[in-house]
Amino acid sequence: MKMLVCVSKTPETTTKIQLTADKSDLDKSGIQYIMNPYDEWYALVRALELKEAGGGSVTILNVGPADNDSVIRKGLAIGADDAIRVNSEDGGSLYIAKQIAAQAAGYDIVFFGKETIDYNGSEVGAMVAELLDVAYVGEASHLEMNGNTATITRDIEGGVEVVEVNTPLAVSAAKGMAEQRIPNMRGIMMAKRKPLSVVEPIDAPATTVIASYELPPEKSAVKLVDPENMDELVRLLHEEAKVI
Amino acid sequence: MVLVFAEATNGKFKKPAQEVVTYGAKTAAALGTDCVVLTLGDVQDAGDLGRFGASKVYNVSAPALAGFDSGVFTAAIAGAAQQLGAKVIVLSHNSTGKNLTGRLAARLDAGSAPGVRAVPVIDGGKFTVRKSVFSGKAFADVEILTDMKVISVVGNSIPVEANGNAVGVDSLSVELPTPKIKVLSTKRAEGITPLPEAELVVSGGRGLKGPENWAVITDLANVLGATTACSRPVSDSDWRPHHEHVGQTGVAIHPNLYIAAGISGAIQHLAGVNSSKTIVVVNKDPEAPFFKSADYGVVGDLFEVLPLLTEAVKKFKGA
Repeated sequence: MKMLVCVSKTPETTTKIQLTADKSDLDKSGIQYIMNPYDEWYALVRALELKEAGGGSVTILNVGPADNDSVIRKGLAIGADDAIRVNSEDGGSLYIAKQIAAQAAGYDIVFFGKETIDYNGSEVGAMVAELLDVAYVGEASHLEMNGNTATITRDIEGGVEVVEVNTPLAVSAAKGMAEQRIPNMRGIMMAKRKPLSVVEPIDAPATTVIASYELPPEKSAVKLVDPENMDELVRLLHEEAKVI
Repeated sequence: MVLVFAEATNGKFKKPAQEVVTYGAKTAAALGTDCVVLTLGDVQDAGDLGRFGASKVYNVSAPALAGFDSGVFTAAIAGAAQQLGAKVIVLSHNSTGKNLTGRLAARLDAGSAPGVRAVPVIDGGKFTVRKSVFSGKAFADVEILTDMKVISVVGNSIPVEANGNAVGVDSLSVELPTPKIKVLSTKRAEGITPLPEAELVVSGGRGLKGPENWAVITDLANVLGATTACSRPVSDSDWRPHHEHVGQTGVAIHPNLYIAAGISGAIQHLAGVNSSKTIVVVNKDPEAPFFKSADYGVVGDLFEVLPLLTEAVKKFKGA
């Protein structure tokens, strides 16, 4: 089975977000970048498990500039066979999806993380599925293959739905799909020799642009309530906060 | 025209559907146009959605819509939008919406804003809408550049407004593809509001010391009518199911009230909960970082504080 895992580079989870003076962009100084956790921990690892069980290949795809190669190499160190980087700056979700779709023909499964932890859009996987005219299952927490048929559990509000679908398909991975793997020294050494091909982007117009950013308002100081006096807390929640 | 896709659960429309119709009506008012609603499959009382500002409700019913296949639903919504001449499509940013927003945008070559929390600002020819980014650590004002636009709205982010009257329901015929997905089973916890939609949430962390101690959390949740949640270490240790994990890598929530007990407040946890309207933190460590993000704090042993709070809520509810 030929599998493609689309990965994104995101600020590390403990990053404190700060903006440039004109609020048009993030202040990127000092930000540490990682592979988007959903892409790495769940999508990539599940693809590798399927390859280990049934054979095939796992290719990593990233749309981004040369800086992203370190994230791609990490994916190769964890166990992917090869990688493709579409040499482009971010052009918005649909732009990215069109770049992925241009590379994704011929794969049995195209994997995504359920969202990136920076823009939280959850839409690129669905876009690629539509562009390729294949089935899409979002927020999948389990995926089992039997021949070319996948049985997938997807998260829904307050529960789960189990579906059956044949390849080719696109899927976005949520927690539960697999367990995080730490690359070992042998993997890191081998990753340096694995093929990473760089291709140029196709033309696609931007459909959205971020005009500006805003930070959430600062919280005012916490109001402490005597632990012996929970009637007072209930009164505050009812009369002041008006939430109960 | 603004077209709202209102999703039914077991044929019935609940608060999330009312929220998106309210959002669509407000967007239509800002654009000086009409808001119409699309419903799919067998549904009850669809005309009632007029009360939230829709001037018309349409329904597409076909065997292909019996189970959820994002490709078929996308064809139905996009087809309806094209037939009706709608330029803005609004849907919920829930699990269904997350399967559809991207597909619709790709199919219609439209700009999209997934996960918005406020009504669009229309300024001259500019259409800008605010969404939360970096898991709640910042907001981005997204300008949609295309004529056709797709927007998905986060649950519990705008209050439902019922100022209108029930309207008629017309059926619409749209050509649909054969489903590629076969739904084998659908399971939902009955009687519990799912976390992303919950108005009240009670959450426990490592300070609970073990799954056997969870009654202090569930007792309080029961008297409040709240949904229970937990921190990442708790779900990682399998003390609680993973769908209860709130935070950056779990569920992002935005309830009116979030009560956190025995959770220190790591930045990844805060990212998932800091858009809650009111946060109450119970922790025996006065230095717990969570107190900095809380509206109300109780420094004390949660095993003493939570039962007292449960009793106080009982007394309040009984009064």
